[in-house]
Amino acid sequence: MRWCIHGLQRALLQVCLGCICLLLILLSGCREGEFVPPERGEDTSVAYGDTIIMGTIGDASNLIPPLASDASSSTITGHVYNGLIRYDKNMRFEGDLAESWEIAEDGREITFHLRKDVTWHDGEPFTSADVLFTYKLMVDPDTPTAYAERYKQVEQASAPDPYTFKVRYAQPLAPALVSWAMGICPKHLLEGKDITTSELARNPVGTGPFRFVKWDPGEQIVLERNEDYFEGAPYIKRIVYRIVPDTTTMFLELQSGGLDYMGLTPLQYARQTDTPAFKRRFNKYRYPAFAYTYLGYNLRKPMFQDIRVRHAIAYAIDKQEIVDGVLLGLGQPATGPYKPGSWPYNADVPRYPYAPDKARDLLHEVGWKDVDGDGVREKDGHRFAFTILTNQGNDQRIKAGEIIQRRLQEVGIEIKLRVIEWASFLKEFIHPGKFDATILGWTVPVDPDGYNIWHSSKTGPRELNFIAYNNPEVDRLLEQGRRVLSIEERRPIYHRLQEILARDQPYTFLYVPDSLPVVARRFYGIEETPAGIMHNFNEWYVPEEQQKYKR
Amino acid sequence: MLIFVIRKLLQMVPLLLGITLISFVVIHLAPGDPTDLQTEMNPEAGAELEERLRTEYGLDEPLMVQYGTWLKRLVHLDFGRSFSQDRRPVWDKIMERLPITLLINLLSMGLIILTAVPLGVISAVKRDSWFDRTTTLLVFVGFAAPSFWLALLLMDWLGVYLGLVPVSGIKSFGHEYLSAWEQILDIGHHLILPVFISAVGGLAGFSRYMRSNMLDVIRQDYILTARAKGLPERVVIGKHALRNALLPLITILGLAVPGLIGGSVIFESIFAIPGMGKLFYDGVMMRDYPLIMGILVIGAVMTLVGNMLADVGYALADPRIRKG
Repeated sequence: MRWCIHGLQRALLQVCLGCICLLLILLSGCREGEFVPPERGEDTSVAYGDTIIMGTIGDASNLIPPLASDASSSTITGHVYNGLIRYDKNMRFEGDLAESWEIAEDGREITFHLRKDVTWHDGEPFTSADVLFTYKLMVDPDTPTAYAERYKQVEQASAPDPYTFKVRYAQPLAPALVSWAMGICPKHLLEGKDITTSELARNPVGTGPFRFVKWDPGEQIVLERNEDYFEGAPYIKRIVYRIVPDTTTMFLELQSGGLDYMGLTPLQYARQTDTPAFKRRFNKYRYPAFAYTYLGYNLRKPMFQDIRVRHAIAYAIDKQEIVDGVLLGLGQPATGPYKPGSWPYNADVPRYPYAPDKARDLLHEVGWKDVDGDGVREKDGHRFAFTILTNQGNDQRIKAGEIIQRRLQEVGIEIKLRVIEWASFLKEFIHPGKFDATILGWTVPVDPDGYNIWHSSKTGPRELNFIAYNNPEVDRLLEQGRRVLSIEERRPIYHRLQEILARDQPYTFLYVPDSLPVVARRFYGIEETPAGIMHNFNEWYVPEEQQKYKR
Repeated sequence: MLIFVIRKLLQMVPLLLGITLISFVVIHLAPGDPTDLQTEMNPEAGAELEERLRTEYGLDEPLMVQYGTWLKRLVHLDFGRSFSQDRRPVWDKIMERLPITLLINLLSMGLIILTAVPLGVISAVKRDSWFDRTTTLLVFVGFAAPSFWLALLLMDWLGVYLGLVPVSGIKSFGHEYLSAWEQILDIGHHLILPVFISAVGGLAGFSRYMRSNMLDVIRQDYILTARAKGLPERVVIGKHALRNALLPLITILGLAVPGLIGGSVIFESIFAIPGMGKLFYDGVMMRDYPLIMGILVIGAVMTLVGNMLADVGYALADPRIRKG
């Protein structure tokens, strides 16, 4: 080969490379104002029609509600199926397929009165037999569902007439009510068939506002309005979920007009969408997500067993700094396991503002002192050093870990940060309890029951109280909280639970990120509430003259 | 010749068995289970679901028994059902992804050959000229630039800023309303960027290879003879030199056969193309053993067949190999 590059040629090469880079930067830089301004008429009255194309990262897997455990599948089944009840915009229950429901005095029996005007998408009438069938499906050992647990608490289920459904529990169970928000399956299409190979997994038939049209795997899922929907047909004619696995591509696709809806990343929200051109075409929304991220301590380790040490670490971490650094300010410091603004949330709990001096005092008090002057505290010959584990693939957690590492170093605690692939992370470290501390997150379920996460009986292998938290009062509150049914009775219980968790600091709650959806401007009727914007999706509309897709 | 082919085919069987056995064991050694996606870190999931799924999938059996069961099915050309929640036959899942991957790879392969051969020949004939140096520089820039980065820049410039090509996907919205001809055009329109990007990276290797082959050939005595006979330069290069320089390409094409069904997960994610790369990656991530094994078997077979085709093709093209 004789193409070695020498002096002059190398200089030439560098110049050329420089030019190419410059060219590419210029090409991507000059983009202000290239968007076509939308045609804005005066008339914004409600109209039927148009299509919304929504971007989603993952493909769905199975469209039968009990088997749909991933987010994409449940989003689709949410449009196609109905539960007996659902959450309204204030996160309280309202009737869906059930017109009304009663809970017996002893809290053990629920009677649902079903709507009489509901038909399946194939025209068959919906009756209580379908509900009973769905219940039987859930408890059938041959149904590979992740959600069987709550249905197994049912002592007796019956359908005394076609529009009444009764369930009786062995003891009152508050989260039981939520379980009836799950999509009801059609008996006439599933009975006597193997659910794992059912046609319905790819071609669902429900009662919901949208009926299934087609699914091109890895590409798109198309739904169309159900003209006979019992609450009246939605305004938008068609929903297309387009699968775009990369958020950068998704954002480019949004800008090129190929998408009408996507969830933005904090970076996109804060830095890339503030142009007038973008604002002319899209509306951005922002509200707390149903999730939080925490630093959990393995309480089996002696170094974390003194509550003052956990307090010291909580004081040493600047949570606002993490929100600003990791989420670009698009979130808020977390104080407990519930979503700010929801009914179980208690804002009035002990907080740990950033106070490194207080942290130092507390550590000193416990006996952790830097004797040899190397910047790390010691006690009984042990250095105060521990490893924070987190899983690969979540940059926010890794960044939060790095910020925590620096802040704890400042108070004399040495931190190693290890990032491990998810499966090994669980199998090798979390389940056997072989970790010091971990940064992880939970999604916040709408029902506040946190029995599986906080109760001291759930510390076994593969159970979710993997930090081995044990507080008898918390146990009692958790048991009590799931046995009373009214929000008014439950609220004080969960408020007290949050006070204890904030005081005990088994986790140091770090942050609640914001959901950052963006919707094309032509969609009207969007209402931002604590529950987000999707709760009244069926009422979204596009005024006649702004409709983009006529067919 | 026939005996040659049959012998090669027979040699493939133990090789294939070895490949499947090793892949099977290695995949099962990785931590994690197909059941994890549904049961891990899920406050709702009951404990017995995992047990039930393990029994259903046969994961509670010893590894060698699982391999035996799998192999028995494979002999009947049954790849089994996927362990993911859709539980579809692995064959169906692969077949719906294969055409688009194959199409893109064939198109980009064609584009690479069509560009690389003339580039290499001209570079060799006009060695160290201005043309030679510029193409060298450009193909290496193309080779060195990360394809996802180049793809995003082009998507932003050509797709968003100029609006000339679609940003991602393979079909426009409303594709089904178009006539057959428009549908083909629509897909072609969507494929411009992906095919271009995947060709850019491969151009360097191929054109350099072509150039050095050509250089070797040009120095041969028979080229000198051809020139001495007084043949025009066009005939010397086009007929005597080029045909000999193309011979080693057979090997490269043979080796490229398994690459035709493989996709790149980064590339496919960036362009939102539902191809084999993403399918395989997702399969590995959720430890979907039947799917992983299915793709690996097809890949192994393609590799072995590709090698054999290269051998056969070479033997056909070059009498020295056939008779030797």
